Amino acid sequence: MSTSLRLRAGLVSIVLLAAFLGIWHLATRSAAPVTTMSPEYAKLMGLTATQGKSAMPGPLDVGAKLWEHLKRPFYDNGPNDKGLGIQLGYSIARVGTGYLLAVLVAIPLGFLIGMSPLLSKALDPFIQVLKPISPLAWMPLALYTIKDSSISAIFVIFICSIWPMLLNTVFGVASVRKEWINVARTLEVGTVRRAFTVILPAAAPTILTGMRISIGIAWLVIVAAEMLVGGTGIGYFVWNEWNNLSITNVIIAILLIGVVGMLLDQILARFTRMVTFPE
Amino acid sequence: MSTFDNPFDPDRNLRAGCACGQHRSAAEHEQAATALRCEPVESEEKRYEGVVASAVMRAMFPQDMARRAFLKSVGASTALAALSQFFPIKTATEVFAQTGAPEKKDLKVGFIPITCATPIIMAAPMGFYSKHGLNVDVVKTAGWAVIRDKTINKEYDAAHMLAPMPIAISLGLGANAIPFAVPAIENINGQGITLAMKHKDKRDPKDWKGMKFAIPFDYSMHNYLLRYYLAEHGLDPDTDVQLRSVPPPEMVANLRADNIDGFLAPDNICQRAIYDGVGFMHILSKEIWDGHPCCSFAASREFITTAPNSFAALTRAIVDATAYASKAENRKQIAEAIAPANYINAPVTVLEQVLTGTYADGLGGVKTDAKRVDFDPFPWQSFAVWMLTQMKRWGQIKGDVDYKAIAEQVYLATDTKKLMTEMGLSPPASAYKSFAVMGKTFDPAKPEDYVASFKIRKAS
Repeated sequence: MSTSLRLRAGLVSIVLLAAFLGIWHLATRSAAPVTTMSPEYAKLMGLTATQGKSAMPGPLDVGAKLWEHLKRPFYDNGPNDKGLGIQLGYSIARVGTGYLLAVLVAIPLGFLIGMSPLLSKALDPFIQVLKPISPLAWMPLALYTIKDSSISAIFVIFICSIWPMLLNTVFGVASVRKEWINVARTLEVGTVRRAFTVILPAAAPTILTGMRISIGIAWLVIVAAEMLVGGTGIGYFVWNEWNNLSITNVIIAILLIGVVGMLLDQILARFTRMVTFPE
Repeated sequence: MSTFDNPFDPDRNLRAGCACGQHRSAAEHEQAATALRCEPVESEEKRYEGVVASAVMRAMFPQDMARRAFLKSVGASTALAALSQFFPIKTATEVFAQTGAPEKKDLKVGFIPITCATPIIMAAPMGFYSKHGLNVDVVKTAGWAVIRDKTINKEYDAAHMLAPMPIAISLGLGANAIPFAVPAIENINGQGITLAMKHKDKRDPKDWKGMKFAIPFDYSMHNYLLRYYLAEHGLDPDTDVQLRSVPPPEMVANLRADNIDGFLAPDNICQRAIYDGVGFMHILSKEIWDGHPCCSFAASREFITTAPNSFAALTRAIVDATAYASKAENRKQIAEAIAPANYINAPVTVLEQVLTGTYADGLGGVKTDAKRVDFDPFPWQSFAVWMLTQMKRWGQIKGDVDYKAIAEQVYLATDTKKLMTEMGLSPPASAYKSFAVMGKTFDPAKPEDYVASFKIRKAS
């Protein structure tokens, strides 16, 4: 039953994809060549103007270009033109650094806040105010104070990924079942040991859910941040190709951003499954 | 006489001549000044050798009479041989050409991918930086505000900026006041007003009421020129139309999406809109003011004082590249050098149309204007004064303005003049010149009167 369901679902997916590509292809077909132009003039004009080619590339154009990129993912033609593999590498490295810093801060802090009702109440207003701020709103401030654009980008990742982790850690720690803590108390387990052997495993699924939300947000934000500061990264690639109005490359970048985002999410999902326990 | 003439010519006067001292007569100077301002002289080495030999001869024979007598009696070649005996002209020339060793060799220079940055960009692939002993990374940047911040942060040692930006930064407009300086103008002309195809029949600006226009930045020549143009046609740019700051690359997309009706932008953006069939060229900015500056090469005062030799080498490289770019026959080659994704990232055809001046106007015609964009590095201080008058006119600066002091502080005409002379180019004698914008003459000596003479301006 479950295999046949999976089979049918896969079939529907493929049909949907084919339908989408077909419609895309039809929608972007060239219209008839536009009215007559002097050849001298036509030579100076682009294909859109001379042959009525749609400004939107078709799936075949995108496929061909994607193949070209995949053949040479790591070329380096100087500071402003690097292969997609290198650009993605830069973005992932930035996300990784900012995210790990956020983990190092959010989880211990979340533990403290979660275990102390006083701190929890005292810090709550700050967290509530800081949480909804769009991470990109921090960008000018970061650029101005840190005075380094790549560290600023990492800071923006840090600040955007810290809140879901912090809040989930607080929630997870605070909602560990009272009975378990009481049992630990009866057995005279010390605070540190209680934190590591009772609370951490109990709160781990919630914490990891927070981490999974965070990595998603971080990946969303890095593209926008790199478009702003430029230099390297997949966001810069999108901006650079947008500069050249190369929609084909922009679509390829969108596709790759989606794939990498999915991979990051799947990794965290796997970790979450590893720490989940049946009650 | 010119510093580059043969110093061993006995019939030559080493002192008299025109105002700049490089031509035999004032008339010849005028002619050279109008013809081409930065004509490279033969080879670099030869040029320097001439300069050095002239200096040596002058030092040895302070009296023109004595020098002439000496040269006449022994002949030029003997004189040169004799002179070389006890003064190593070759070595001196080498030392002179090298000047000080740069304090910092690996530099980062930011640019915005538009044709205005041509000298800054082409200097990398065409080797002008390395020729002057520098290892420069030219880094593409997302927008004017970012380039400003990165230069202020010292991530960039120097950068491509809109000509009014260093003035605005030095005055603290839209940023903290940080003294910046402009050793060289990048390009003159090279912008245009492009309108959406649907306005094909609305060629009279009087019909433009209520339209939306894009400009690259508030502190840009584009802003001032468009405002000037509209105001001359009786439209108040603050109330009758909408002006939006839009990064150049997004202008074409916005024009296609019908978000804006037109823009005054760098030529490669205009040409791209035409290339893609979404707009047409209304006028070139040259028709508003022929010879207007657009972008500049700028660095902070701090960089100039901490690394004066690097700065001088950088300026020399830029001046050199600008001189090369000013020659029409080099333009095609330049277009190819700066088109790849690493630099401007645009179709070569588009850049070629901008740089060679033979272009499609978007309405089915092919036009030719070799001076559509031109390159002249000299930072005229009167340009800065004009920009300040427009900042005042449109309310960007308030109160009394010391036009001359600011212009002289930011536009380094004196230093560039010295460098250009050393390089054997012929800079103009004065840093102020009068020019006409849409037929109205601007006198740099009377900026306040100029501001007051406009009927349409922001009430202060």
